Amino acid sequence: MELGARGFGAEADKLTDERVTSINMVKSAKSLKRSLGIVLAGMLVALVMGCTPSHAQSTFDTLGPVAENQLFIFYVILAAGTVVFILVEGALIYMVVRFRRKGDGDPAQTHGNTRLEIIWTVIPVIVLVVAAVPTIQGIFYAANPAYSDNYRGEPLEVDVIGHQWWFEFRYPNPSNAQEQIMVANELFIPVGEPVSFRLDSVDVIHSFWVPKLAGKVDMIPNNDNTMWFEAYQPGEFFGQCAEFCGVMHANMRFKVIAVPRAEFDVWLARQAADAPEPSDPLAREGKDLFRSAGCSGCHQQERSIIKLRDDGSRLPGRTGPNLTHVASRVNHLGMFRNSDIEFEAGNQRQLFVNEAGVPVDGGGRQFVSDSMLQRNLKTWITDPDSLKPGNLMARDGVPYVDPDKALSERDVDALVAYLLTLK
Amino acid sequence: MTTIAFPIPRPKHPSGVWNWITTIDHKKIGVLYGVTAFLLFLSGGLEALIMRIQLAGPNQDIVSAEVFNQLFTMHGTTMIFLAIMPLSAAFFNFVVPLQIGARDVAFPRLNAFSYWTFLAGAIILKISWFTGGATNAGWFGYAPLTSVQQNPGTGIDYWIISLQVLGIASLAASFNFIVTIINMRAPGMSFMRLPLFTWMTFITAILVVLAFPVITVALIELYFDRAFGMNFFNVAKGGDPVLWQHLFWVFGHPEVYILILPAMGIVSDIIPTFSKKPLFGYPAIVLAGAIIAFMGWMVWSHHMFTVGLGPIPITVFTITTMAIAVPTGVKVFNWMGTMWGGAMDFKTPMLFAVGFVAMFTIGGISGVMHSMASSDAQQQDTYFIVAHIHYVLFGGAIFAIFAGIYYWFPKITGRMYNEKLGQITFWVIFIAFNLAFFPMHFLGLDGMPRRIYTYDASMGWNLWNGVSTLGVVLLAVGILMFMHNIARSWRKGDVAGADPWDGRTLEWSIPSPPPEYNFAEIPEVHDRDDWWARKRREVRREVPVGGGSGEDEEEHDIHMPQPSYWPFVVSMGILIGAFGLVYPVANYAIAAIGVFIGTVAVYAWSFEPVNDPEDGDHAAH
Repeated sequence: MELGARGFGAEADKLTDERVTSINMVKSAKSLKRSLGIVLAGMLVALVMGCTPSHAQSTFDTLGPVAENQLFIFYVILAAGTVVFILVEGALIYMVVRFRRKGDGDPAQTHGNTRLEIIWTVIPVIVLVVAAVPTIQGIFYAANPAYSDNYRGEPLEVDVIGHQWWFEFRYPNPSNAQEQIMVANELFIPVGEPVSFRLDSVDVIHSFWVPKLAGKVDMIPNNDNTMWFEAYQPGEFFGQCAEFCGVMHANMRFKVIAVPRAEFDVWLARQAADAPEPSDPLAREGKDLFRSAGCSGCHQQERSIIKLRDDGSRLPGRTGPNLTHVASRVNHLGMFRNSDIEFEAGNQRQLFVNEAGVPVDGGGRQFVSDSMLQRNLKTWITDPDSLKPGNLMARDGVPYVDPDKALSERDVDALVAYLLTLK
Repeated sequence: MTTIAFPIPRPKHPSGVWNWITTIDHKKIGVLYGVTAFLLFLSGGLEALIMRIQLAGPNQDIVSAEVFNQLFTMHGTTMIFLAIMPLSAAFFNFVVPLQIGARDVAFPRLNAFSYWTFLAGAIILKISWFTGGATNAGWFGYAPLTSVQQNPGTGIDYWIISLQVLGIASLAASFNFIVTIINMRAPGMSFMRLPLFTWMTFITAILVVLAFPVITVALIELYFDRAFGMNFFNVAKGGDPVLWQHLFWVFGHPEVYILILPAMGIVSDIIPTFSKKPLFGYPAIVLAGAIIAFMGWMVWSHHMFTVGLGPIPITVFTITTMAIAVPTGVKVFNWMGTMWGGAMDFKTPMLFAVGFVAMFTIGGISGVMHSMASSDAQQQDTYFIVAHIHYVLFGGAIFAIFAGIYYWFPKITGRMYNEKLGQITFWVIFIAFNLAFFPMHFLGLDGMPRRIYTYDASMGWNLWNGVSTLGVVLLAVGILMFMHNIARSWRKGDVAGADPWDGRTLEWSIPSPPPEYNFAEIPEVHDRDDWWARKRREVRREVPVGGGSGEDEEEHDIHMPQPSYWPFVVSMGILIGAFGLVYPVANYAIAAIGVFIGTVAVYAWSFEPVNDPEDGDHAAH
């Protein structure tokens, strides 16, 4: 109780009574979690962690409060379940050894025992009631960013829009409330702040899942789902569509990149800017080709700003990802790295530099290597199916379905040269 | 009606293919169900094996993404509708009339119709592999992935029509068993004396009757969306894909109990037999089964915890789902109470039954884990769920079905399976099963989503996927050993005798295999586990123990219904008509032909003489 009161006290006067009560419940559960969670985690290290190390999408390696809360609840029921498992399976083994048939006689014929049966009905009820308490707290906790310790009102709200088979993210434009900034497959968030998401889809049902930050919520056309999460520390987190959504479900992936607030602001401002005009002749050729080859039928590449309707609702974007700043993406298609720090240290481009070219506060963690980016883009444009079989570009894109308009190698080089200027 | 002279006499085929096609004997229909469903179980297993080989290592290319999607969709649909349900139905058919002391089910011809219609549904689904691609939207078929825009091929249509046809078969069978169990019980066989398997059959049949209409409505809506451009689930026109999910799971969750309750019934008969003790807490087990069936209607949204229903509905469904663990636990504890202090004989059926209790417990525990919506948010749609459903449906339902096959094999065939091979088979399947499915818990918690056709080496999922595939290969070996044992013993096994297990229920009081009329004299029931009680009384009176005598002088007076062509013909009409519906618009002529055949056959069925006209005197009774 004391722990809970301390964690909660600082913000008490900011909040209304109702919310205070429920937040108090959640937070006292959180402090309980600190002690109980450590004990249980230690107990289960051998059982589960030993078998499931901290992989890219491990749900044990929680790096945000929502995932942490969900893991705590899992530990509660895992502990209870382990006790039940040991009792039941232990008793079974004991009986198998002890009560074997010897001779022909009939054993004592018991038909039941009312007291015993009441006991083994009531005990599970009690266990489940106890387990239900943190669960219900957790359900409400995951539904409202105000439960975050770092909630300061008006959290960043990002629209997440599912497409077959990529993720679109739309940020509010800080300098114009009537506009949004479109990004694809990479979700930058500021560290240490709860971020809200509005989830939607343009085609089928997808699901938005970043295992280390939060459990999933489905992205359903016209369903206005919401969720929130927060990252404790800077880093890159794997995300993946969790609801079967068609042929390329397996490779519908994305990355969450958490950076300090200052870097985030620089990044967002850069994403808001229009693409620069290319100067290199090959890149200029690529720009013309982008239109004449049919790329612009599905992709926008000069502008990432999209206006909201007068009533505040979203306008539909194009079929394919916005490419205005494609050369600033740390990952290709949300899954392949565009940099390799170990092997290409000399060739890395720091992402977070201000207009003067000086790394911004705490920056320097995110790199892009132009040579890797170039190789990735070239592979993709030459043969999209080699990276993501069944993707809509290879299925419907003009250069891929019309043999007369197929891209020559030079065309591909020109397009890649152009895309590389979109920083 | 017997005065109407009908031109087509009832068939008389003492053996051969026509005997099987025209039979209305519940035991033969049970065998047909069992053999057909087992072959379909193998086809579903083959689909699984191909998937596991594809997933054995990262970035493999053994099948394409599209084929993989068809494989997991067909695997799920096959195992649920074409394997576990009809394997349960095989036992309903063979065992229930014997357990209640009846000579057949209430509607023998309807029973044959159920089987042939089930076969028609199975053919429609399985043939879609060869007609341009099977269904590929998951066994749950979430809208809008099933829309014409997303899925222009015929795979989805085959799936819709097949499920509708299977629904007809299931509904007909369920009405039949409800009426049979209510009306055909031998004198003295009160409901609280019913063997547990019959009880669970009764509850399951009621669940089918209530659940299948829901999926029927949903499938009709989906079919109308696809064939006639309606907009039940079309987002662009204001339809709601979440509606499909509610309809599907309002059916789908009771369906889970339709799969597991018969298994619980089988185990509840086997454990007392091999422990030589009556079932511990019989009323509690019956009541728990009924409560599970009832509460099964209040938990469907736990399949939809990530759909964004909002915290209050999620809380409600969390509580109801956690509550359903209580009656399930009661069953497990009562089985253990039965074993406690017993004289257990670990013959193969008992091994599988105890294996069921052990494995189903694991599935139950993981079930509680994702009843808690917060922890489910991480588990939903991952391999953790795949592990859970295989612990309840393979470690649960299939283990119990294997237990049942070994248990009733001597009754069905009159011969004994090879006990030693049976026990080795159990251990192979038990170890292989755990090797295949336990690692999936780790994979799921390690973030591996379901229904992905491949994964990258860097994700760290290689080891446990490899182990799992190894387990499935070993599982296939176990299944082959089982098949060898059954096939060989059926022809060459030792003669089993009427009552090889010192059985408790009425089916063991008659010869093996039972004569067509089952009971020469309808027994009068005085006890729960009546046959066992009768034997113990007879021992005291020093009357020799044994099965009822086969050839009875009263046999000539036993009135048995005669075979009929018409159930088969009606089902073939349905099969043909269903094919006409698969291709919307173009082939309604075929649909009309099917309807015509079916209608004529239904009339012929209705006016069929009760008995062969030559035997007219008998029919008048």
